[in-house]
Amino acid sequence: MTALEFSLILLLSSLAAGLLGALSGLGGGVVIVPVLTIIFHVDIHYAIGASLVSVIATSSGAAAAYVREGFSNIRVGMFLEIATTLGALLGAWLTTRVPTHSIGFIFGLVLLYSAYSSLRQYHEDLTQKPDPLALRLKLKGSFPASPGVQQEYVAQRVPAGFGLMTLAGTLSGLLGIGSGAVKVIAMDQAMRLPFKVSTTTSNFMIGVTAAASAGLYLRAGYLAPALVMPVMLGVLVGSLIGSRLLVRVHVRTLKIVFALVIVVLGIEMIVNSLTGKL
Amino acid sequence: MSSTAPQPASPKSWTDLRIEILVGIFLRTGVLLAAAIVLTGGILYLAQSHGPRPNYQHFQAEPAQFTHLTPTLHGVATLNPESIIMLGLLVLIATPVARVGMCIVGFLFERDHLYTAISAIVLVILLYSLFFHK
Repeated sequence: MTALEFSLILLLSSLAAGLLGALSGLGGGVVIVPVLTIIFHVDIHYAIGASLVSVIATSSGAAAAYVREGFSNIRVGMFLEIATTLGALLGAWLTTRVPTHSIGFIFGLVLLYSAYSSLRQYHEDLTQKPDPLALRLKLKGSFPASPGVQQEYVAQRVPAGFGLMTLAGTLSGLLGIGSGAVKVIAMDQAMRLPFKVSTTTSNFMIGVTAAASAGLYLRAGYLAPALVMPVMLGVLVGSLIGSRLLVRVHVRTLKIVFALVIVVLGIEMIVNSLTGKL
Repeated sequence: MSSTAPQPASPKSWTDLRIEILVGIFLRTGVLLAAAIVLTGGILYLAQSHGPRPNYQHFQAEPAQFTHLTPTLHGVATLNPESIIMLGLLVLIATPVARVGMCIVGFLFERDHLYTAISAIVLVILLYSLFFHK
């Protein structure tokens, strides 16, 4: 395979990964790492480097669209970014210490969990008593529940959310992914923020979290320019198309199909890690 | 913004939304600029490379040429395709960092000292990771 053919195939695969990542809400990173390692036999360090960069591109590229909808909460995002960036520093440092097959194994588990979480039904529980810590930190807001009606909310269980966010950051730094699934758990499940607020704020946070690992990835030599180029461009374009389609496509069936693909990739990552093929 | 419904008790101030929209536009511009630079480097790279695909099967840290700022800029000056791609990636990595900087300014304008401080902590963590973290 020539360099040109390789780049074109990577571009198309990344485009598909970005498209599916946006449609399923899981993000492109969770797909691109297994694709690179399992199909293209790329070492996992290069794969997580290319993925992390794509994650920054997708998060920042989509930010303008999300903000306009009025769901994302910059205070909640900024406060929790303290947790995610510190976690990311730890995670990125771990990539230089932890053996390759352990990274692959953890990646497989995260894939299986992401597949499960993408199908999970979320609950809205807005009847709650105010959390004093959340009030002091101004972790509250309102969002357009229906035309002309603003629904107010206050965060609950702030320490639990903060702890889960540190975990999300660590996984992001260790695996080169956005950890959107864990971030949403922290906000939606632990802090009981409305689902739409959780997902859009999570997207907003992903770029900053990933930037915290990027410096170490760069200095550790994980960013191979010729590999990152088609991956980053492909995932970016794919996710932009995906987020446009999202408003028109019925996603339920697609989500199930995609979750199955993720499960297969997850099992493959775990098996490859255990048999030392990664 | 006038299209949003009346929100008498809304804690989300007009200034908040304005900051977020400006930041959103800034982020998108940064990403498009980064993508354009990466694409330029990529086209140059593909025009110059005729060999077989590079092998990424065994990890070997990228050379210093692509891991530090000064050598990367030297490479860009000599139109090295891979250095140009790296420059695009550096622009990309810088956008979320600049975003946090913009939030500090925004919160300062709102006289929100708590969130000026929180944003400053995040910025310090990011700068530490970019320049000092091993």
